[in-house]
Amino acid sequence: MKRDESIAFIFFVLLMVIVPLISESTYILTVGIFAGINALVAIGLCILMGYAGQVSLGQAGFYGIGAYVSSVLSLYAGIPPVLSIVCAMIVAALAAVVLAVPALRLKGHYLAVATLGFGEIIYIILNEWGPGGPSGFGDIPHFGIMGYTIDSTSGYFYLIWASVAAVMFFSLNLLGSGSGRALRAMHDSETACNAMGLNVVVLKIKVFVLSAVYASLAGSLYAHYVTFVSPSSFSLFYSILVLTMVIVGGIRNVWGAIFGAVVITVLPELLRKFEELDVLVYGLILTMSLMFFRKGIVPILIDTIKRARGSAVAKH
Amino acid sequence: MLSIKAIQKSFGGLTALSNVSFEVREDDIKALIGPNGAGKTTLLNIVSGIYQPDSGEVLFLGERIVHLAPKAVARKGISRTFQHVELFVNMTVLENIMVGRHARTGYGFISSGLKLPAVGREETEIRQKSEEILEYINLAHRRDEDASNLPIGEQRILEIGRALATEPRLVLLDEPAAGLNIRETRNLGDIIRKIRDELKITIVLVEHDMDLVMRISDSVTVLNFGEVIADGTPLEVQKNRDVIIAYLGDEEIISGGYGAHP
Amino acid sequence: MPIPSIPFKTYHTLLTVFLQFLFSGLTVGAVYALVGVGFNITYNATSIINLAQGEFVVIGGLMMWFFSESLHLPFLVSVVCTLISAGIVGLLMERLTIRPLKNPDLLLMIMITIAVSIVLRGILMFIFGKEPYVYPAFTEGEPLSVYGAIIQQQTLWVIGITVLCIIGLFFFFKKTIIGKAMLACAVNPAAAQLVGINVSRMVMFSFVLSAIVGAIGGIAITPISLMEYDKGPMLAVKGFCAAIMGGLGSNRGAVIGGFLIGILESMTAGYLHSGLKDAVALVILLLILFYRPSGIFVSKTMQQLRKF
Repeated sequence: MKRDESIAFIFFVLLMVIVPLISESTYILTVGIFAGINALVAIGLCILMGYAGQVSLGQAGFYGIGAYVSSVLSLYAGIPPVLSIVCAMIVAALAAVVLAVPALRLKGHYLAVATLGFGEIIYIILNEWGPGGPSGFGDIPHFGIMGYTIDSTSGYFYLIWASVAAVMFFSLNLLGSGSGRALRAMHDSETACNAMGLNVVVLKIKVFVLSAVYASLAGSLYAHYVTFVSPSSFSLFYSILVLTMVIVGGIRNVWGAIFGAVVITVLPELLRKFEELDVLVYGLILTMSLMFFRKGIVPILIDTIKRARGSAVAKH
Repeated sequence: MLSIKAIQKSFGGLTALSNVSFEVREDDIKALIGPNGAGKTTLLNIVSGIYQPDSGEVLFLGERIVHLAPKAVARKGISRTFQHVELFVNMTVLENIMVGRHARTGYGFISSGLKLPAVGREETEIRQKSEEILEYINLAHRRDEDASNLPIGEQRILEIGRALATEPRLVLLDEPAAGLNIRETRNLGDIIRKIRDELKITIVLVEHDMDLVMRISDSVTVLNFGEVIADGTPLEVQKNRDVIIAYLGDEEIISGGYGAHP
Repeated sequence: MPIPSIPFKTYHTLLTVFLQFLFSGLTVGAVYALVGVGFNITYNATSIINLAQGEFVVIGGLMMWFFSESLHLPFLVSVVCTLISAGIVGLLMERLTIRPLKNPDLLLMIMITIAVSIVLRGILMFIFGKEPYVYPAFTEGEPLSVYGAIIQQQTLWVIGITVLCIIGLFFFFKKTIIGKAMLACAVNPAAAQLVGINVSRMVMFSFVLSAIVGAIGGIAITPISLMEYDKGPMLAVKGFCAAIMGGLGSNRGAVIGGFLIGILESMTAGYLHSGLKDAVALVILLLILFYRPSGIFVSKTMQQLRKF
């Protein structure tokens, strides 16, 4: 992690700790929890798309696997949530490998549609064969660890955002390391990577698995928080939603993923009154971002700060 | 060091290479020249594993490598640069070199994410080695600049530096002088010479710039329409009748001869 | 796709059931074929895959309802108005989102078409709400009976109109100057421009044309299976599957593919499990993408030449 990143990270952790202490309404915390859950998925997608240069329109599938596998294992098999979450991540990782091996030979449109197809197939499987079918099921145990169960909103806020912090820590380390460089290199020129002996295929699969595992974690936490899941939360719309978060926040910067997740999660709350317009507004935001703010909010902010610093330095 | 034996390659109805054979001796700078479309880059691509020939053999240090994929060829100790510079444009100069080191090393995702001490040590080592390479090719002053900001001359040198990062025994250079002015070409030639002399790395150089070729190569193979039409020292090849015809296309110009360069 | 229940008195044989599924498959298949052709039209002219293609079908159905049921305009007038509306939507999409972009990369284009599809869906949801809409079939009359299978007249309309449409497009692309110009643009826009083809206008045409083709499908199918604001994405995915069956850009493949998917879907829903209906196209899609991305009705050389 570079120095700037470390500062941002500390600031971020502080923010996370303070928010529940100063906010008086559960509502804000609840929104914050969903923002955090979405952030987890967004971070994974951001690394996949912005750093490794791949694309996925099927993250909802891994999100759904995380939710359903963890719920079923903890509810029907009595497995403690911590373990069931890990099991769900393993299942998601396996699914990612199964998808990635054939799919990553494709590029662009074809890869996008292949991942879309995958996400939809998972949705159909959950809809047909998930407990409760389209209506879903409930009574999912809350998250607990070593006998202590979390069942308060602020408790979940900390849990979720601590997870985000942990995932960010891991991701920032990864991206700053040789593996992170290899991913970025792969994005720029696969030919050159091959010519240098890098195993591009394995790299692609690894990053795909990474994004799947992050999404799975998010799904599991979601399930144990809400204690009820139904397939409708894991549809194509969610995949596109996460995509919007990544693009709005800034595809080339992981912090952007968090930012985008917060913005896109908070927005519908602000637009509560205009219920029929929510789909339209998402679409417009996505379109505008793609056309005019292609870099995303966070990179644009960083550029602005750099230029301000630059001109400040130049004056002396 | 490198043996090309009877390589045959066709694309659909077009024969790109026909019964091409030549040797590259250890520590030589071997130039591969010929008019446009002669098949030089195709041959490089076959050696580096991007294409498979229809028939023929490529032996590297006695080992058959013709069936290997690019990644495997690189691991055997062959590096290359590309006709259209394939730098990592969104990364800095130093980072470009560092990626080259990664293939030799590389802890996985999980250890990197957890920032294990071993990873940190390796990172320091990678950084150090990469900076050494930058020093060696005289690009240390560009360390933190975006690779895309470099002028083409320095980009080509950087690409060579990146090829060095994998500690190869043999480096394939695909038209490294393309787009370079006289000063840059001279610099390029010096660096190639330095790499061969000091690092004992064998070089195969595909080039159009005759000045460069004549100045630095030990041995030259000439291709025309996919066939080898000459193979020898630069001086010999210069005077070779077939070579002159291939380039100038006309029997009658031969009386002047091409070898007038100092 | 609702399968009409078989009256008790009807001669109930395996053949009857089979034919029933076959025809309902051909009906949905026709729409998939049209969507697939729509994809090809845009792809052939621009190399862009327009993932909003499905929305044009929805627009066709809903606007037709609007003109014929809400404004009570006569049938043919409604059809024309609907097609014009669809064309305008296609035009706007091209002008506002595709044209302004210089040098977009492929990924960006996909995402923009997805974004536009969401915007369109949002607008449709806002105007029409989430309920299904329907209007009467084109002709009234008794359904036909073929070996006991009940075939609605509208089914024949759907299949017939689709076939006509495809024949029309065939002539358009092979015989008319505009059609050939459109094909030239995707193959080599620079060369096309050099010979005087206005590439940007061709691009615009292709979007308008693909919108109209999609809308035709929507107009025809609504009396049978109703139309809702969110049918777009599934149609797009299945239509895309049809389009790549013969290799993206091949209309022959898209048509065969569309009908094939429709039939397989109907058979799966009928003989196996109706919930798996949508999975059929998806599985086929993935299989093709993974193992034969250049299409399954395509020669070996084409397979080698295409890049993915």
